[in-house]
Amino acid sequence: MWSWVLHRITGIAIYFFLLVHVLDTATLRISPEVYNGVLGAYKTPIMGIGEAGLVGAIVFHALNGLRIILVDATSWGTRHQKKMFYIVLVVWAILMAGFLPRHLINVFTGGAE
Amino acid sequence: MSRLKLERLGWIFMRVSGFILVALIFTHLIVNVLQDGGVHSIDFAFVAGKLADPMWQWFDVTLLWLALIHGTNGMRVVIEDYVYRPVLKRVLLGGLGISTALLIVLGTLVIFTLDPCPAGSPADLLPSFCSAS
Repeated sequence: MWSWVLHRITGIAIYFFLLVHVLDTATLRISPEVYNGVLGAYKTPIMGIGEAGLVGAIVFHALNGLRIILVDATSWGTRHQKKMFYIVLVVWAILMAGFLPRHLINVFTGGAE
Repeated sequence: MSRLKLERLGWIFMRVSGFILVALIFTHLIVNVLQDGGVHSIDFAFVAGKLADPMWQWFDVTLLWLALIHGTNGMRVVIEDYVYRPVLKRVLLGGLGISTALLIVLGTLVIFTLDPCPAGSPADLLPSFCSAS
């Protein structure tokens, strides 16, 4: 149940970011100055926290999606679906523990340039 | 094709595209957001430098199409689950289809027609290979 709710909420959030992300990338075609100005909006602390949330949503949707594939495609998947949901949460926590410090240091120190 | 067959095809597409998207998006995030400097290093020079390579053009265009179609089919299911009023449902599904078609065309054109060294732009904003030769 919770995996279904989270899969739906993260999917909707990622979809709306995707719309914006195609449009911001399209400004490459206008000029380097315009693109760099638009991308500047992603480099603020508030957006940095939003990006952390976005990556968290993507990683969850990806891992839980793989779990859904296993449940649907294997004979043993349904029997172990709950166990696999806990594995999804643990792997999610490990990947985010690796990603978050690196990302947040970049966001709050202006990048390691 | 019958409605049922179409739904089954959509169901298979979500699994196949989802599996491929995991690899594509994790690569996309590692190359762009986990590079030195992370999101702060993303600018015109970085992206245009990548898109000058046909390998990244085909990588990004595959990601664009699969992600948009996967996301659109997901949103279609969400709309069909929650919107019961026939007119509103038709408006939302129509808007969804039109916006996806436009974004696929726009994104594909940007990927394949981007000039990494536009004339008249300051060299320090461009990929380093623009000033070579």
